[in-house]
Amino acid sequence: MSEILQPLLEVNHLKKYFPIKSGLLSRTVGNVKAVDDISFSIKPGETFGLVGESGSGKSTVGRTILRLTDKTDGEVKFKGIDLYDLSPQELRRLRPKMQLIFQDPYSSLNPRVRIGDAIGEALLDHGLVPQAEVRDRVLEVLAACGLSSYHIDRFPHEFSGGQRQRVGIARALVLNPDLIIADEPVSALDVSIQAQIINLFRKMQETRGLTYLFISHDLSVVEHLCSQIGVMYLGSMMERASRDELFRDPLHPYTKALLSAVPVPIPKLKRERIVLSGELPNPADPPSGCKFHTRCPYAVARCREEVPLFRNVGSDRSVACHLV
Amino acid sequence: MNSILDIEHLRTHFKTDDGTVRAVDDVSFQVRQGEIVCIVGESGSGKSITAMSVMGLVEGPAGRVVGGNIRFDGEELLKLSRNELRTIRGNEIAMIFQEPMTSLNPVLKIGEQLMEPLIEHRKLNKKAARKRAIELINEVGISRAEQIADSYPHELSGGMLQRIMIAIAISCGPKLLIADEPTTALDVTIQAQILDMLRKFKEESNMSILLITHDLGVVAEMADYVVVMYAGKVVEEGEVVALFENPKHPYTQGLLKSKPIINQRQEELYSIPGQVPNPLELVPSCYFHERCAHCMEICKTTQPALKEVGNQQKVACWLYEEATANV
Repeated sequence: MSEILQPLLEVNHLKKYFPIKSGLLSRTVGNVKAVDDISFSIKPGETFGLVGESGSGKSTVGRTILRLTDKTDGEVKFKGIDLYDLSPQELRRLRPKMQLIFQDPYSSLNPRVRIGDAIGEALLDHGLVPQAEVRDRVLEVLAACGLSSYHIDRFPHEFSGGQRQRVGIARALVLNPDLIIADEPVSALDVSIQAQIINLFRKMQETRGLTYLFISHDLSVVEHLCSQIGVMYLGSMMERASRDELFRDPLHPYTKALLSAVPVPIPKLKRERIVLSGELPNPADPPSGCKFHTRCPYAVARCREEVPLFRNVGSDRSVACHLV
Repeated sequence: MNSILDIEHLRTHFKTDDGTVRAVDDVSFQVRQGEIVCIVGESGSGKSITAMSVMGLVEGPAGRVVGGNIRFDGEELLKLSRNELRTIRGNEIAMIFQEPMTSLNPVLKIGEQLMEPLIEHRKLNKKAARKRAIELINEVGISRAEQIADSYPHELSGGMLQRIMIAIAISCGPKLLIADEPTTALDVTIQAQILDMLRKFKEESNMSILLITHDLGVVAEMADYVVVMYAGKVVEEGEVVALFENPKHPYTQGLLKSKPIINQRQEELYSIPGQVPNPLELVPSCYFHERCAHCMEICKTTQPALKEVGNQQKVACWLYEEATANV
């Protein structure tokens, strides 16, 4: 059934390079390939998890999809429309349908604006509802996000971290979006609060049929929420698979190492851990061949010379590794 | 095993415009020789302030240790003068923090910062200190040690800086290492390296580690003994396997249940309702009672004491008081 659904979001060969400028004339001396030929698609109602460590480019993927920063190459299709073909006005009309949730909602809230106004202003801005109905819509979304009606007149500093993230979610949901890109939305929260917010994400998906791109470094959270997962390293996608396949049988050595490095709260558990040697290479000067070869315990000569293709293995999974 | 650190009834308060915050409120526990004790708790639980109090780093006018004892290797730290404390700090007790960048001096080369404690505490001359500094950089698994010694902090990655912090910390062969969220800012693959290294040094030198973390996964991997804090109080403590397999306090139980575990997926995560109480509005009660599913009348009015419930496990909860009273 889901096989015939058109993807809601399609990302094809997306590239985003940041120029490195140097010298008196600020000449471009090189590029940081933050996103280097990434492709994936998300079906309606699905949650796609993008995982990776710092510098992997996962956040830049999210921002480039939303045209918050310009692409270098490739295409981003939302409901079949290439977002980079749209005029600023057309893009603006589409914006309510694609919303972004950040790690730290506090920094995206004006400290002097009441929460109700902060949530309602986008509704007015986009002219989605008449002024008279804004308050009702805000109250409705606050309740859906587990906040109380008296919160509507409060200021951001009166909220705890978990409540602020609920505000961030409410602000995205009030526009009735189809796609939500959530960038590390639970990383700054305490465990007990994190669980509340994860459950809220789930509930909202069930009741509103939302599609998520969930960007996170935390594999345990990603496993819990996402049905499809892509693993990034230094701007490239190393592996993409369904959650069940990825966690049961990770193919890429980097995925294996990442999985084995997550500390598990079971003291007696003795695991075979793959400890990667070395540091993350400098993204401005990535290793030749397979970008992971400098830290890969299985690397052979070919890995140093030849870039592995990101190719299909099995029905619906892809991996970029010479050894798979 | 001898205890190396003995904390008894420690109370650290902060004065704010709105009242007094009892950040550490009657906390007692021990760290034995060669043991890793983890303090686990969420933000505002007082776990970091407990560590800062031990190091004598809670400084006035706002914050002050107002009561209790901190005995290190038999010596009462709270009675020492600043100078006496200095000779212990960085020498017999070392500390590493979450943000290595903020504890290193940005205008001093890495090598110089490593040499400083060696010259101050170990009385090495400059040449010997430099030699030892290079050895230490090698010991924490960084290649090109000479070159690194001549670099400045901003030239190194977060993982490398944390290794340097560890090198500084172990340079004088401390009996106790206090590590406050040492891997929280690091990626998981780097975290795994750092945790392995801490364990290795502990085993080689028989030092004790007081590890402060919010990550239950890190606790399970590292701890021999666990102290769970909530709103400035110890609510439960015990040997790591017993505590994880048979948590007694409803807060510990909730914390363990709400953590997603890889390869153990659940439909809906358990979550503890509500949030941590405002530290200024605490009244005599179990501070967890508003979020607790087992809350009874007594929980709302009287604070439960930390009591042993067998097998070295201690818990502060009226549920267990009742049980013993009824037997």
